[in-house]
Amino acid sequence: MAGATDLTRLHAHEQAALLRAGEVSSRELTEAQLVAAERDNRALNAWLTIDRERALDEADAADARIAASRAWGTLDETHPLLGICVGLKDLISVQGGQATAGSRILEGYRSPYDAHITERLRDAGAVILGKTNMDEFAMGSSTEHSAFGPTANPWALDRVPGGSSGGSASAVAAFHVPLALGTDTGGSIRQPAALTGTVGMKPTYGRVSRYGIVAFASSLDQIGPFGRDARDAAALLHAVAGRDDRDSTSSPAPVPDELLSLPADDDQAISALRGKRLGLPREYFVAGMEPGVEARVREAVAALEAAGATVEEVSLPHTEYGLATYYIVAPAEASANLARYDGIRYGPRLGDGDVLSIYLATRGHGFGAEVKRRLMLGTYALSAGYYDAYYLKAQKVRTLIKGDFDALFAQGIDALVAPTSPTVAFRFGARMADPVSMYLSDACTLPVNVAGLPGISVPCGLSEGLPVGLQFIGAPWSEAELFALGRAYEGLTADAEWRALEPAELAAAADPATPAPLERVAAGAA
Amino acid sequence: MATLSRSDVEHVAHLARLGLTEDELTLLEGQLNHILDQYAILTRLDTEHIPPTAQTIELENILRDDVAEPSLPVDAVLANAPAREGDFFLVPPILTERD
Repeated sequence: MAGATDLTRLHAHEQAALLRAGEVSSRELTEAQLVAAERDNRALNAWLTIDRERALDEADAADARIAASRAWGTLDETHPLLGICVGLKDLISVQGGQATAGSRILEGYRSPYDAHITERLRDAGAVILGKTNMDEFAMGSSTEHSAFGPTANPWALDRVPGGSSGGSASAVAAFHVPLALGTDTGGSIRQPAALTGTVGMKPTYGRVSRYGIVAFASSLDQIGPFGRDARDAAALLHAVAGRDDRDSTSSPAPVPDELLSLPADDDQAISALRGKRLGLPREYFVAGMEPGVEARVREAVAALEAAGATVEEVSLPHTEYGLATYYIVAPAEASANLARYDGIRYGPRLGDGDVLSIYLATRGHGFGAEVKRRLMLGTYALSAGYYDAYYLKAQKVRTLIKGDFDALFAQGIDALVAPTSPTVAFRFGARMADPVSMYLSDACTLPVNVAGLPGISVPCGLSEGLPVGLQFIGAPWSEAELFALGRAYEGLTADAEWRALEPAELAAAADPATPAPLERVAAGAA
Repeated sequence: MATLSRSDVEHVAHLARLGLTEDELTLLEGQLNHILDQYAILTRLDTEHIPPTAQTIELENILRDDVAEPSLPVDAVLANAPAREGDFFLVPPILTERD
């Protein structure tokens, strides 16, 4: 058996091959992942809970399934995630476990049932290592809005991992798990994937059932995978995607088997680019984009072109309206969804006297600053006299934004290629004082949610020693094609020097003397 | 577009059922107005004849068979209740007698 550290460095598909060959057990894999996660969590704060005993029980169950399948000669029929460790963003229900959504208002809450995707992971035989940190109710782009302290980026411990799924991204980048799930309402998977050098996908709206997930903005939220390569992330999407009667927005569209058969061979992967028409939206090279980010993205586009893809500059003329549209629609929907946190049925109940004083005290103390800001925005946008000017107007502009994408795909563009984030990972505190500067972090990702489309971010090198993400955006239900593009780009850059680099501060993250992210923030503010 | 006054901010906080401190109200008044200023960009677009989009991937007639299915057990539902009496969530009186 390989050493414990080596095991955590492997991709899920490599771990799966060892499991099937009988060279390692899921218990050994899980133990190695637990050791890494427990060791680093003081410095990274990627995990809100690490479920050691439950994870080892699930690993033993996976080992028993592997043994039985081997005896029956049915190993090939098991899911590639059997016995593999996965992290879950802490807004995904696991029966009996916590689901804080990064908020004090859900402290102490225990999920009475499994989310649909949790059931699907159990069916596949995956091992749930624990729950990852996040911006409160997924509102944020840095994970600094977690009530339980920020998460650090293993590439630079004084910088954010992005957000809102920053804990999942950091945990995957730091080799705590090969795979994790997040949610993406305006970029909350793709932006942290870009900032941590991981692969992250936001699937088509409706691809994955949201039953058992804490809701933020119901016409935008979608669940998706993080991995350290396209093949792993595609396998995780395959495990959780598909129709579920308990989420009426989940689609009956078939889940493509291609998600499980992305080519292992680089040349074969690259050949998928031949004849592909890629659009380069000029509006995505926004003001404020760092030159290093633009350079990496343009180099990646040139490489795709050299490998046989046709790249043409295209226009998404309503892009500049995306931010305002999103920041009306999302808070409006959030103000309705978060009305349920009232201290009556679950969570702490504060205040005494009449029901109104309980509401005011419970919500006033239970929600953090960003959530309050968005609830105020959303409530205002929906209030009498302002509905037409804000919410209805935003929904109409949404039609125009979606129409921009529809027109390009109707012209035969296979996918769009763009930056994921205009900047690399920023320092703690850099965008906390000005909410609008934080909102601009998602300028290149949120139009995709507004239009309901799938998008993927894959690493495309470093700028100033920090990861840069390349985004592919596709037509509805084109996840397999987007993964094929991501896989092709991996093939093109397989020998690139930056591919061999690990996050620069892994050793510091493992050092018990390294301060926790919250201590860094406090020191920075002092 | 509109500008929010301090009393507007207090009114919206009441609608949102958020108990906010004086400091929070002051901070939010500035921040909300700054964000509302950004929304003004939308007034540049003529959308009079554009239909609104509420859902991007439209599914219609999603119905399940009209058969009763088991719900969560009452104890599981009430396990998280901050206050409980028997099979009910306990809340302060909502209706009071007149005079």
